Amino acid sequence: MHELAVCQQLIAQVRATARANGAASVGRITVRLGPLSGVEPDLLEHAFVFARAGELTAEAELHIENAPVVVRCRSCGAEHETASNRLICGDCGDYHVDLIGGDELLLARIELHGVDRDKDGNRAESKSQIGEPSNV
Amino acid sequence: MCETCGCSIPDQDHPAPADGHTVEVLQGLMSANDHAAAHNREHFDRTGTLVINLMSSPGAGKTRLLEETARALGDRLNIAVIEGDLETENDAERLRRSGIRAHQITTGSACHLDAHQVHRALHDFSLDGDQPVDILFIENVGNLVCPAAFDLGQHLNVVLLSTTEGDDKPAKYPVMFRAADLVVLSKSDLLPLLDDFDVESAEACVRALGTDTPVIRTASGKAPDVAAWIEWIEATRDAHTPAESAEVA
Repeated sequence: MHELAVCQQLIAQVRATARANGAASVGRITVRLGPLSGVEPDLLEHAFVFARAGELTAEAELHIENAPVVVRCRSCGAEHETASNRLICGDCGDYHVDLIGGDELLLARIELHGVDRDKDGNRAESKSQIGEPSNV
Repeated sequence: MCETCGCSIPDQDHPAPADGHTVEVLQGLMSANDHAAAHNREHFDRTGTLVINLMSSPGAGKTRLLEETARALGDRLNIAVIEGDLETENDAERLRRSGIRAHQITTGSACHLDAHQVHRALHDFSLDGDQPVDILFIENVGNLVCPAAFDLGQHLNVVLLSTTEGDDKPAKYPVMFRAADLVVLSKSDLLPLLDDFDVESAEACVRALGTDTPVIRTASGKAPDVAAWIEWIEATRDAHTPAESAEVA
């Protein structure tokens, strides 16, 4: 169960991005996850509920995009979606393949609320209905 | 450039913000760990130390293999071990009795070592100067799941699969076995007594992970046989050249 450690790392990155953008709070967090990342989506979701507590992310939601495992054969060039313990070519059966998808563990995008978009970078009163700007 | 957040994705491809403001990040979730791991690796390269991360389920014989390794190589190479366990100094003490310098990390309830823990351990554990280390083994917490996700800064991963565990472990734990640079079938002296471990099946499971990873056998019991392991270590050590990033002062 290392998903909590991964989730705490996720929240740290999200908070840093939220602060850098002057956001008041964080909405949907999208993570792209492949089966060969070693992180279980269900466990990540359970851990997320604990990890999000605290400033900026208390109301955040986790959205997981599951990435398929895809291999490309070095012999015949065929590409196939496959199971994570069957990384062989679906056409010729060769195990000399390159993994071209399925080990992703990426913070893809974050929805921020209460961001001031003044081009000069000045923080004005928040125009968002969500809440006051953060005091960062 | 995107008008929403200034990212480089063309505006028309950008996901529409809901009631908020969406920022594309596309950053690895392990980036803090990976950064610390890269720092560790630079340190290892500066000290000229080959670092091998040893992983397996609990009880597969990691510590025992290291004791045999010390017996075989101790007079030729300086070997040291960083031990990861949830509790106790038992393994580090065992290794010290075999004449190996050993440092114990107790992880509490954590099921794996991470790069920061290894980094902190290195503050108390010199690899050069009066105590040069040719090969540092990091004996990870016994677990076939979590340790695979954390780069520690090692140069190579070795995964032990003991013959009492079942030959289909690589199919059950593909993330771990795909990370291996060498798979060691430990307790191979028990093979004549077991009717459910087929070496060829175990190798086939490793090949099905799309790798050419070598599979060797060791025995560390009453009749130890670690010749193939020692041969692999020596060949690996000879072939190892620290990354170019490590400037020699």
